Amino acid sequence: MSFDVAAVRGQFPILSEIIDGLPVHYLDNGASAQTPLAVIDAVRHYETTGRANVLRGVHRLAERATESYENARAQVATFLGVPTMEIVFTGGCTAAINLVAYSYGSLLKPGDRILLSEIEHHSNIVPWQLLRSRAGIELDMLPVTTDGRIDLEALPRLLTPRTKLVSLAHVSNVTGALLDVRAVVEAAKSVGARVMLDGAQRAPHGPLDLPSLGVDFYAFAGHKAYGPNGIGVLWGRPELLDAMPPFMGGGSMIGRVTLAETTWAPSPRRFEAGTPAIGPAIGLGAACAWMQALDWTGAHDHEMALVQRLMDGLQKIDGTQIFGPASLQNRYPVVSFMLDGVHPHDVAQTLDSFGVAVRAGHHCAQPLMDRFDLDGTTRVSMAPYNDNSDIDALLAGVAHAAKTLR
Amino acid sequence: MNDQLYQERIVALAKAKTGAGKLENPTKTVRRDNPLCGDRVIVDVKLDGEGRIAEIAHQVRGCLLCQASASALSAVAVGRDATGIAELRHDAERALGREPGETHEPFSAFAPVAAHKSRQDCVLLPLEALKDALA
Ligand SMILES: Cc1ncc(COP(=O)(O)O)c(C=O)c1O
Repeated sequence: MSFDVAAVRGQFPILSEIIDGLPVHYLDNGASAQTPLAVIDAVRHYETTGRANVLRGVHRLAERATESYENARAQVATFLGVPTMEIVFTGGCTAAINLVAYSYGSLLKPGDRILLSEIEHHSNIVPWQLLRSRAGIELDMLPVTTDGRIDLEALPRLLTPRTKLVSLAHVSNVTGALLDVRAVVEAAKSVGARVMLDGAQRAPHGPLDLPSLGVDFYAFAGHKAYGPNGIGVLWGRPELLDAMPPFMGGGSMIGRVTLAETTWAPSPRRFEAGTPAIGPAIGLGAACAWMQALDWTGAHDHEMALVQRLMDGLQKIDGTQIFGPASLQNRYPVVSFMLDGVHPHDVAQTLDSFGVAVRAGHHCAQPLMDRFDLDGTTRVSMAPYNDNSDIDALLAGVAHAAKTLR
Repeated sequence: MNDQLYQERIVALAKAKTGAGKLENPTKTVRRDNPLCGDRVIVDVKLDGEGRIAEIAHQVRGCLLCQASASALSAVAVGRDATGIAELRHDAERALGREPGETHEPFSAFAPVAAHKSRQDCVLLPLEALKDALA
C-alpha cells in the first residue's frame, strides 16, 4: 500500500489552518517541524493530570511526573536503539553539543585536535571555538564538495594522532546530504578519535540504530523532530559520559554534597542539573513514539518523490540552481536553491505571499556560504506530512518571483 | 496570492540601480553588514569642502529592499550634508511607520514595508552606512 499522506496530515492540526486567507504550505521543517496531536495530548496529559517536579517528591503527583519523565527517556532510547540510561535530556541540540564541548572538552590537552567540516551549523562550530580559546586545542576542517557533501577524501590528511574527536552533521541542514558515517567511523578509529554526530536534521526522518553506526555521541533537537521546544537529547557511550565532569552544577546531579566537596551522580543525572524541562521531555518521548509508529519506508519514498518533483519543477524555471546533491541517493529532503538575480530573502518573502513557508539566508552556516561565495540560499525542508500541493504552491511562487523581481 | 510587499515602485527603484558601482578616489568608504540576514552595503562618497556629498556610489549584496533603498538614497543624496541625510532617515522611518508624519519621494515608496517588521532593517541599512560615511 502506498503511503497515506492525508492520514498523516490529519494528525497535525496546524496544517488545516487558513492564515490571512492562505493555506499552510509548511516547508520550513528544518528550522522547526510541526507537532502532531499525539505530542500535544501527551504534554496536556502531564500538565493536567501529573504535573509536579521529578525525582524529589514522595507524593503521588511527583511519582506520576517522575514516571512519565523516565518513560519519555525510554521512548527516546528506543528511537535511537540504545539503553534508556544512556539518554541525557538537554535544552536542545545546541545545548547537547555545548555539553560535550565543555565536559568532554575539559579532558583534552593543549595541542589536541578536533575535526569538523565546512558544512557545519554554527552550533557545531562555535562551541569548539570556545573550547579552543579555553583549552588551547586546535580545530581542523573537512572541506565540502561542489555538490554539497563533506569531502571524505580529505579524511586521511586531516586525521592525526592528536585528533581526539570528529564532530559532523549526520545530515546537512543546507544541502540535505547524508554523511557516510561508516567511512568516518572507520577512519577516526584508526587514529583513536571519537565520533560525534549532529543529528538535528536526521532525527526527524525516522528511528536510528546508533550501535550499528558505531559513533560515540549523538545529539538532536526536540522541536525539529515533531516535539516541543526547549528539549534536546544527547546520547553518549556510558564509559565516556561517566568519565566526563558535569557541565552545570545544581540539584539532581549530585552524589553527595558537603560544603567541602561534592560527588557526582552517574550519567545521565550528572548532566541534568536542576529541574529539567519535564513537559517538553514527555512531549519529545511522545514524538519519538509517534515516529516509531510511522511507516518510514513509505515516508522516505514519499519525501524523496517530493524532492524529485521539486527538482524537476525548479529546473523548468529559468535561472534556478540547486546547491546540493543532484541525486536522490544518500540525501534527505532538504533542498537549497538559488534563483539568478533574486535574493533568497525576496524569494522567501514572495513565497510567504503564496502561503509557503521556507527559510532563506545563510542557515547558520556562514563558513559554507563564504566557501561557495553565496549570498545565501532558499531552503525547502520537508516532512512526511508535506504533499504535492505544497511543492506546486512553492513552484508557482518561485515562478512568480522570477517573473516580477528581476 | 497575497502580495503586498513588492509593489511596482519598490521593484522599479531596485531595477534602476541608481548610483550602483564604485567611485574613484572616494573621500570615504564605509561597509555595513546586517548579521541577521547577511545583507551587505558598501558606500563610497566624495565630499565637497563643506561636508556635502558631491558624488555617491554603492555596492549592495543584499535583497531587493536593500537595493531599492540604496538606489533611492543615491538619487537624492548629492548636495546633502550629515543633517540633510538625517532628514532622509526620518523620511524612511516615517514610511516604515516607525515615526509619525508624512513621507516624501522617494522613500514614500517603502510604505508597504511598514507591515513587515522583519524586513525594515533591509531598508535602513544603506542609510546607516551613509551616516557612518559622514560621521
Ligand atoms: C544541523 C543542525 N545542527 C544544530 C542545530 C541547532 O539546533 P537547536 O537550535 O534546536 O539547538 C540545527 C538547527 O538549526 C541544525 O540544523
